[in-house]
Amino acid sequence: MTRGAKVRETGAEARALDDGGGAHVMSWVIAIMLFLTLLAGAAGLATARAAGALDRQMAGRLTVQIVEGEAQRRDAAAAQVLAVLRTQSDVARATPVAQADLARMLQPWLGDDAEAAGLPVPALIDVDLTSDDSAAIARVRSAVTRASPAARVDAHATWLGPVGRLLDTAAWLAGAIILLMLAATTAVVMLAARAGLEAHRGTIEVIHMLGATDRQVARLFQRRIALDAGIGAVAGGVLAGGAILLIAGQVGALDSELLGGMRLGPVDMGALVALPFGFVLLAVVAARLAVLRQMRRML
Amino acid sequence: MANIVQFENVGLRYGVGEETLCDVSFTLRSGQFYFLTGASGAGKTSLLRLLYLSQRPSRGIIRLFGEDAVILPRGRLPGFRRRIGVVFQDFRLIPHLSAADNIALPLRVAGMAESEIARAVREMLNWIGLAERAGARPATLSGGEQQRVAIARAVIARPELLVADEPTGNVDPAMAERLLHLFQSLHRLGTTVVMATHDWHLIERVPGAHHLHLEHGRLVDPDPPMPPPAEARASTIVRSGL
Repeated sequence: MTRGAKVRETGAEARALDDGGGAHVMSWVIAIMLFLTLLAGAAGLATARAAGALDRQMAGRLTVQIVEGEAQRRDAAAAQVLAVLRTQSDVARATPVAQADLARMLQPWLGDDAEAAGLPVPALIDVDLTSDDSAAIARVRSAVTRASPAARVDAHATWLGPVGRLLDTAAWLAGAIILLMLAATTAVVMLAARAGLEAHRGTIEVIHMLGATDRQVARLFQRRIALDAGIGAVAGGVLAGGAILLIAGQVGALDSELLGGMRLGPVDMGALVALPFGFVLLAVVAARLAVLRQMRRML
Repeated sequence: MANIVQFENVGLRYGVGEETLCDVSFTLRSGQFYFLTGASGAGKTSLLRLLYLSQRPSRGIIRLFGEDAVILPRGRLPGFRRRIGVVFQDFRLIPHLSAADNIALPLRVAGMAESEIARAVREMLNWIGLAERAGARPATLSGGEQQRVAIARAVIARPELLVADEPTGNVDPAMAERLLHLFQSLHRLGTTVVMATHDWHLIERVPGAHHLHLEHGRLVDPDPPMPPPAEARASTIVRSGL
């Protein structure tokens, strides 16, 4: 007699559901969903890293411009401002930008002969503050303008702020896309499980009448969905991994200071690698819930 | 002899129409053989569905294996169903599973070890004379072979109660006799058998069997066996070719 025997799952029991036509559509759906989710995830994580790097770049950094047409007066004012900056306790470092570097920066707009043409070029001093609070910036600005009325202070946060906010928005948007993809995947899996129950209604009724518990029936579907989702996860993961590596290589080749911050760290990579497993788990749990809910409608 | 099933004033209504079963009361004793007869639409299948816990009654009391089956929590039903074997009129074999896998299903559902299942299935295939067709899919089996597989699936877990809904309805008279022998041999092992049938010839072949007769959803003069109506008997004889 078998009554009271411990219920185990067997491969043969799992075969109770046949591989009906279209059963592996789930693999395709999961592959596509995961591919898009991984791309969105990689983009979001990289953008968040770039935004973080930009924040660190902007935090407590100033550029002082000495706008003076006559070169000698400009250099004298620059020296005076530099001396004042170096006495400020809020200033960690003040570095004058060499005129040769300035000329190189302006060369794309003014050409090679800008200096010879007598065009006024300001003197620049890069300043790193000890903190990024606005009071420190105000104190430095006040000291600089007292030292030279020709001096202007630009806080990097002022002009790079919109870029940082754009990157933050893009990162949050990627997060929202991931959540939407997960919700869509859950809905698709639940619909697929319910359709599977309907397609196998005859088989399920027989197994049910033979004394199968709801959990046993749910396990049949879980196994099926896990297999399909697993195949889809491998396919989607491999494709997305290739695409991410390709884009990462191209971003690296750009040699851009801004895009250069868009790198994936080990934690990011770990999160992306975990995503396919999360997809399979999500699919299995969604299928289980859908089947159990449907089964409870039967006696 | 213990009562295995007890119906008291059981009524069953589908939707808002008339009752399909009305004030049905009877008792099935353990180890007995029962025939359930009645014209088409009399309520035989509905009564069997109540017996194998596919349906709850609209009213009345059903005691099964000593417990009130009407208020039995849903979670306990699988345990009760494993004590009942069911042979459906339309076999309900799972088409993509082999004969052996179909027969093994109740044992797999019950969680038996595969080695034990293989032995039990072999014995069962020998018992129904289909050892050579173990790997055959239902679609490749004849009607009689499919019915034998369905019977084997119903009895492999040695149920205390075997419910068969016109198991000989789709087979020729010779096969019907063979199937009846299978039920009788199981009955001899102590299983309570309830078989719905129209075939009076079969009923006569089981001496000592009890008889439940349904008319318009009501149980009529259940025991001792009623003499069959002349026209029913005549049609059975014509159908049997006797």
